[in-house]
Order: sequence, then C-alpha cells, then structure tokens
Amino acid sequence: MKATGIGASVRRKEDRRFLLGKGRYTDDIDVAGLTHAVFLRSPHAHAVIKSINSSAARAAPGVIAVFTGDDLAADGIGPLICGVTVTSDDGEPHRAPAHPALAQGKVNYVGDHVAVVIAETVEQARDAAELIEVDYDVLPAVTSTASAADAGQQQIHEVAPNNVCFNWPFGDKAAVEEVFASAHKVSRLDLVNNRMVTNPMEPRAALGEFNSGTDEITLHLTTQNPHVHRLVLSAFNQLAPEHKLRVVGPDVGGGFGAKIFVYAEELVVGWACRKVNRPVKWTADRTEAFLADAHGRDHVSTAEMAMDENGKFLALRVHTKANLGAYLSTFGTMVPSYLYAFLLAGQYATPLIYSEVKAVFTNTAPVDASRGAGRPEATYLLERLVDVCAQDMKLDPAEIRRRNFIPVDAFPYQTPVVQCYDSGDYNAALDLALELADYAGFSARAEEAKARGKRRGIGISSYVEACGIAPSAAVGQLGGGVGLWESAQVRFNPTGNVQVFTGTHSHGQGHETTFAQLVCDQLGVPIENIEVIHGDTARTQFGMGTYGSRSLAVGGVAIARACDKLIAKGKKIAAHALEADEGDIEFADGSFSVAGTDKAMSIAEVAFNAYVPHSYPEGVEPGFDENAFFDPINFSFPAGTHICEVEVDPDTGVVEIVKYSAVDDFGRLINPMIVEGQVHGGIAHGVGQAMLEVCRYEDDGQLLTASFMDYAMPRADNLPSFDVGYAPTHPPDNPLGVKGCGEAGAIGAPPAVINAIVNALNVKHLDMPATPENVWRAAQAAQA
Amino acid sequence: MYEFNYQKVESVSAAVAALKNADDGKFLAGGQTMLPTMKHRLASPSDVIDLSGIAELKGIKASADTVTIGAMTTHAEVAASPEVQKAIPALAGLAGNIGDPAVRNRGTLGGSIANNDPAADYPAAVIALGATVKTDRREIAGDDFFTGMFETALEEDEIIVSVSFPVPRAAAYMKFENPASRYAIVGVFVAETSDGIRIGVTGATPCAHRGLRLEAALAGKLDSAALDSVELPVDKMNSDIHASAEYRAHLVKVMAKRAVDACN
Repeated sequence: MKATGIGASVRRKEDRRFLLGKGRYTDDIDVAGLTHAVFLRSPHAHAVIKSINSSAARAAPGVIAVFTGDDLAADGIGPLICGVTVTSDDGEPHRAPAHPALAQGKVNYVGDHVAVVIAETVEQARDAAELIEVDYDVLPAVTSTASAADAGQQQIHEVAPNNVCFNWPFGDKAAVEEVFASAHKVSRLDLVNNRMVTNPMEPRAALGEFNSGTDEITLHLTTQNPHVHRLVLSAFNQLAPEHKLRVVGPDVGGGFGAKIFVYAEELVVGWACRKVNRPVKWTADRTEAFLADAHGRDHVSTAEMAMDENGKFLALRVHTKANLGAYLSTFGTMVPSYLYAFLLAGQYATPLIYSEVKAVFTNTAPVDASRGAGRPEATYLLERLVDVCAQDMKLDPAEIRRRNFIPVDAFPYQTPVVQCYDSGDYNAALDLALELADYAGFSARAEEAKARGKRRGIGISSYVEACGIAPSAAVGQLGGGVGLWESAQVRFNPTGNVQVFTGTHSHGQGHETTFAQLVCDQLGVPIENIEVIHGDTARTQFGMGTYGSRSLAVGGVAIARACDKLIAKGKKIAAHALEADEGDIEFADGSFSVAGTDKAMSIAEVAFNAYVPHSYPEGVEPGFDENAFFDPINFSFPAGTHICEVEVDPDTGVVEIVKYSAVDDFGRLINPMIVEGQVHGGIAHGVGQAMLEVCRYEDDGQLLTASFMDYAMPRADNLPSFDVGYAPTHPPDNPLGVKGCGEAGAIGAPPAVINAIVNALNVKHLDMPATPENVWRAAQAAQA
Repeated sequence: MYEFNYQKVESVSAAVAALKNADDGKFLAGGQTMLPTMKHRLASPSDVIDLSGIAELKGIKASADTVTIGAMTTHAEVAASPEVQKAIPALAGLAGNIGDPAVRNRGTLGGSIANNDPAADYPAAVIALGATVKTDRREIAGDDFFTGMFETALEEDEIIVSVSFPVPRAAAYMKFENPASRYAIVGVFVAETSDGIRIGVTGATPCAHRGLRLEAALAGKLDSAALDSVELPVDKMNSDIHASAEYRAHLVKVMAKRAVDACN
C-alpha cells in the first residue's frame, strides 16, 4: 500500500482551506454591481391570493424591481418539475400539480414564494417586501400524513382528488394474502417515520450574473449537482440554453440531499439577473431554510410479517402513507416508491413482499430526499418489525435475524422487490457487531444498571441499502428522466502534475482527497501533484453530481477508467521513446518500463513528450488528457449491523447512549479515516432522528419547529464514542470493489436506537423521536 | 433588523437620560435575547442604549455573608469567579451552564433577570437565595422582582446595578434542559439559608416562582423523600411542544429531589 494510495488514511487535502477560513461559499462571492433578492413568503398554509399590490414596495428606497408569478409566466419561465414518474394503481401517471416558482393565484404552504424584491441592499429588499400588500382568502389547511387522503378533507390541488399523488402497489397481493391466512404467526406494527428538516450547516444561496455581451448566465448555487441544475433549468424551466448557462457549485457547506433539488429561489435569481441586468444574490436565513428547504421522511405505516413456527419469514406486507408536501420536489415521487419499497427485503430471504404506498399532498413544505432517502424509512420499518417478530416468537433478536438472513452463498441474490444484491456476508457483520458490543455481557450490565435505578436496553439493526445510484437503464425503466452515469477527465499538464475533473460534487465528503488517492495509486503520481476539480459546468466536462452514496462507486470508476486510457496511451508514447515494442511496455508505480530491461521513463516524462511531441509515435494524438464515462450495471449494496446500548433514567425519561457499535460492509475502503468520519456523521444523523429531531406543523399549517431553539439537532454531548468495524465483501459488479458509505449510519442507526429503548422499557413500540417525555410516558405506561 | 440609533453611555445617569430622550429606546445589556429578536424584526427600538461601557455595573464583590455581582457581569465571568465558586458554587455552576460559550461570554446577569424569560436560569437562584436586586433608585427583594412572563418590578427606565446573593449554608441547582435551546424545561434551585430552606423554580410556569409547596413538605429538613407526596398543580404549568404540563409538574419534583440530595 502506498502511503497516500488506496487504503491510506490520508489527511484531507481540502481541510487546510476550510480550517483557515479560506473556503469560498456562494454567499462569500462579491461582484461589482451586486443586488440582493428577498422573497416574500406566504404566512398562510393554504390561501387564494386575491390580489397583490406592490406599488409601495416598488417605490421604496433602493428597490430595483418587484416580481410576481405573472412576470415569470409572461417570460415563459418555469414551472418547477418533478423528474421521476410513478404510475398510480389506476394506470395513470402520478398527479403533478403545477409548481410555479412564484405563486400564481394560490399559496400552498407557509413559506411558499409569493413575490421577490430586488434591491441595492438586503435590508432595503426586506423593508420593501413588508410593503407588498397581499389580499389572501385563507382556506383550511391539511397537514396530517395519516388523514390527508380521508374523505371530507380540504382539497389542495384540483388535479389531485383526495390529495393523492399516487397509490402505488407493488408485489403479488393475492399470494401474500394467502400466506398470511395460513401462517403460524403474524406480527404487526403501526409506526411513524418522523418528518425531518435536513439542515445542512450552510443555508441555501444563489448568485446570478448575466453577461449581456455573451448572453450567458452564470449561476453560483449551493448545489450537489451543478450539471443537473443546468440541465433542468435549461431543458424544463427555459432559463437559458445549456451552452449559455454556467452553473457553479463552489464550496458547499453540507447537503445531505437538501441541495440536490432545483428550487424556486434558484430559478428566480437566474431569471431576475437578466431581467434587471445586474448580478442578484439571495442567501436563505435559517428560518427560510426551515420553511422552504425540502424536508425528509414523514411516513405513517403498518407493517406485518407472516412467519412459520421457527420464526422464518414467509411474507411481508406493508401499507405506507407518505407525505410529499404541497408540491412535488425534483425527486419527491421517487423517495417513497423506488428508493423505499425496493429495499423492503432488507437482509432477509423473505420470499414474498407486498407493499402499497399512498403518497399524499399536504399544506407543508415539499418533501424529498434526505440522507438515505427512502432507505432509512424501509430499514426502520423492517428492523423494528423484526424485533416485534422476535418478541412475539420469544426469540433473541440476533437469532431471528440469523434464521432469516440471505446466506452468504446466495449472492448475487435476487430479492422479490426488483433489486439484485451484489455481495454480502450478513452473519459476518452481525458476529463482529455482537463481539464489539459485548452482546453476551449485556445482561450483567443490565443488572448492574438496575441496581442503580436505571434501565438498560440493547438494540440491533441489520440494514442493507442500495447506493451507487444508478444504472441508467434501470433508472429509465422506472420512469426517471435522466441517465445516472458519471464522467471524469484526468489531465496531465506538461510539467507532470495532474488535474482530475469529476462530475460528482464534494460538499463535505472529502472527494478532493479520496479521488486523489485513487489517481495516486493508479498512476503513481505524488498526491500533492494531483488536484481534484469539481462543481463548475464550465470546467468539468459533465456529471450527475453527488447523492445516493454514488460518488466513489460511480464517479471513482470513471476516474479509474480515464487513468486506464492514459496508461494505454502512455505505453505507445513510452514504446516510441524507449525504442521498444508497445507490447513489451509495462506500467507500475508511475513508471513505464521495457519488460526485462532497465529501460524506463516516468509518467511525467511521458506527459511531457505528449505535449512536446518532437519525437513521437506516428498516428498518436499529442496531449495527455483522457476522459471517461461510467454507467454501472447495478446498484451497490452496502450492509451492516449496528448495535446500540442505552441506559434509561425512568424518573425523567432521559436516554443515554452508552455504547454504539457499527459494523459495515462498504467493500474496499479508499480512505478509512474519511469513511469512519462518514459513519460517525451518519450515526449522528440517525440518532438525531431517533431521539431528538421532529418537524412539527400546527393543524393550521404553521411550522412550530422553525428554529434551532425548537428543532433539536444532535450535538456531541448526545453521542457516545463509536466502535466502528468492517466486514467487507467484494462487490463483483463494481470495478473498484467499492460500495459507498455516506448514508449508512443514517439508515442503520434509528432502528438500533429505538430497538434498544424499547428493550430497556420492555414495551412493544415507541415512535420516534424518543424524547425524554415520550420515553417517560412509555415507561409509566409499561409500569401501570 | 430595522434601523435604530446606537448610543454607548458611560454612566447610569447618562443611560437613563438617553432613554428619556428616545422615542422608543431600549437598554442593551448582553443582547442575547434582544438582538436576535431585533434581527427577526420582532422588535424595533428607535434607540439602543448600550450599557457595556458603564464601569459601575461590572464586577464581583464577596464578603463573608454576601456575594454582590454587577448587573453587566457576564455568565462566563460569574462561572469562572473564584469568589462565587467558593461562596455559592451552585450559582457559579448555574452560570456556567447557561446557553453555550458564545451566550455565556456576552449574556449578563442583569440582562437575564430584567428580561425574565420563563425558562431562564438566574431567576431560580435569585428567588431561592433570597437575593436583593439593587437598581439605580432602590432595592427590590428577589421574591418581589419577577412579576409575570417577561415582566419584572422594574420601571421602564430603571437600571439594575447589581444583585446581592446571601451566602447559603448549602445550595444546588438542577436543570432539565430543553434539548434544542438548552434553556430550562424545568430548573429547581434549592438553598438552605438563614431564612430556612428556600426553593426557586424556573421553566415550569410562565414566571419563575418560589416552590412554597415543596418548601412546606421539606419542613426545614433536606430530606428528598419528604417531597414524594407533594402534589403540584398541573394546570399552572407551561405546556408546549417540548414538554406537557403533566411532565413539567413531574420534573419539578424530580429536579427538586435531586437538588435537595445534592445539598447534602
């Protein structure tokens, strides 16, 4: 292993600029003539706009323009789109109400976009926004996921009767019913997957600049996928043709999914900068982030498992209501469907699965992908249900999992829900996790805690996820509007250093280091001579961005493929220079050599020859710069077992996580330190959902948790030190042997935590978040 | 934030005069509540009169039986003060657990009690320790100072100069934190004073109050078991998304018992 190659915990190259405060985020960018945008947002969850009078605002000091939905419509801009079609059970595509970037006649959630003010300063824009008079006719609001589709509910969109976006059954309902009818035992659980606000540290921002000389718009955005933004804004929102639109995602302070989507503010800023012919900047404050970022999760489900007398799973049946919010966000429909139901097999060889997802509209912010996106919901449901099954069958939770695991020799394993798992050894991960957690010693620790008046519990979660999104053909079959390959360009400069252009985007993941390690390992170039460049449609050739733990599994392979091409070309150049046959040239450790001789030249020398081709092989193009696209043939399927141990104070309901052990299969690790950091962050996210975070709307649609004073994010003192281990398997479909690690913790942790708390309290179930009061009440009820 | 006039004054009398001359002036202490409120455009004073330049409002003085803390002393200064740590360690501990380091380095004792947030920590200590609030014109007993939610006995233009805390024989503060804001969902300060056992409760009700039922149950003895039978009026408790009234009532007892135990 090279000290800076694959498998080395190289310190992150990007951290120097972040630690020195030299990061450059969208809001940091200042340009001459800058103006500022402030959005007037709806104070009502559901209302008809009778009139908007912005004459006073237009006359206010510093105001350049005030725009409403009519102005956008007049220019043919928008509406925002949803990129994935789900077919409802009536054979029709999902119901897609118009999603104007600025409201046209109606607002559908608190924070919805009513108008935009462009002014010389932010404060002037805010002052003017307060002068806009909007006459609303307020309508009743719908906020409850469970009852949004009930008869008699207020209708939100005409195109979506009963507020239903789609009703999507999957699987053989009759066959599943038959198994349930004759099963030895059926375990059943009703559960809620709590709504979350994703809350990346940097709020969203957009800076639009229009060059009237070139007719080009440059849009700096807090984006996880600049090319996707460009494509959607061009092809669907008519902002500008692709070749006249440059999208830059500079340093981005976390995304976790919330910065995938094309938002109203981004489109409006891009359009307005041309309209006023001045640069326009908008930066969300935290309240706006709470109100108008896409939220995550928000499911209400019933799950049932049919078992035989040995606790073997025979069939799974799931009914889920999923809240999509007021409008469809860019990938909103995909999350509770393909990213959810296709993961319901989990790690188990359950032969039959039937699921039915009813996706509903409510007067709340749009809901879309948030770290894990659908997979945390599937895993939480399944891993909670499995613990109920264990309780019902009087089996140890580890034992019932073992009895149902897909065996190691069954891979590749075709699940009954579309996905074909590439590789896995679920027993190996469970064994190691049980060892790390000292599962055997738990009862003694529980006794000791009891003597102190505390209650200990231990919980297992064995998850699988699909990442490395995604094979384009599969995406197309499922109704997705794009291909999900990735591209890379690896360019040697004449002086021998390397620039790596990737279509993925790093907003905390450490790609600038991990990808440099890949290139260092493959081409033998010192890591300090490698620069990874991402996030600018004008610099990187193309790309689909970063989400779904895809960057290494898809983008990393594209980089490796480009390196392959460089080596192949380098052999021709070296053969010529070394006066040898191309077939005799070997490449290793950055050096081309003639087999069996001491004749060799470095890859840097080859690069120089390629740019200064004074003596050069015939028919070979000058230059040392290759690109590659990679389209995976399958998803990758990271899996693992997480075990959480908690101590509950029954007097207050306070839960302390005393031990957390995570064993994951991510395939081959490129940078173990970065991977472990991702695991830690993911678990923190999952613990946040399990114990702290919940996004609450009042019945009238007002957001109750609109600040960090009311919405509890996990902090260091909510978390223990983690014990992290790995049980890797080799995914045969991935050329690098890698899987993806960014979401695993957020997927694995919530059921591990809740299973532990439920175990401590000796109850059947407790909905997330397990706040002290919820736990206290459950403890009281259990005692009664 | 709306525009406002900023004035920094060097004496209490100048501050009072500045307020008198302003249309709708406000004193600025540490600003940890007022500035976020202004940023959210929920408050729009015409004039902000900054008290941070007034030397006489700062500092900590300890005698054998009293600790006197200037109104503009920050929470971090109180927490780190050897005098406070020695005389009333529970008070230093309380100050050291308010908010986060940024809040503790800006927020002040005077600002906290003048604001009288129902979930603030200091009011519990002022009540339990039987402190005296000294203003530019009078002395106000701790028991009389907090009059309602965000309301105090202070006149509009009255400035707190210092707070004098009698040194108790024993004291302890137990806070049940809101996991989001880290304010007190419930905070109970128990002090054994020359005046008997006194209990201050914050977070539980719209205004910090004296825990008279709890004090009565203790009957002068620091025995937490005596609190088991206390019935607290649930209908008087705050109820919000973080904790119901019933849970708060329960927590007051639990925190009170723990504070009593910690006094021993």
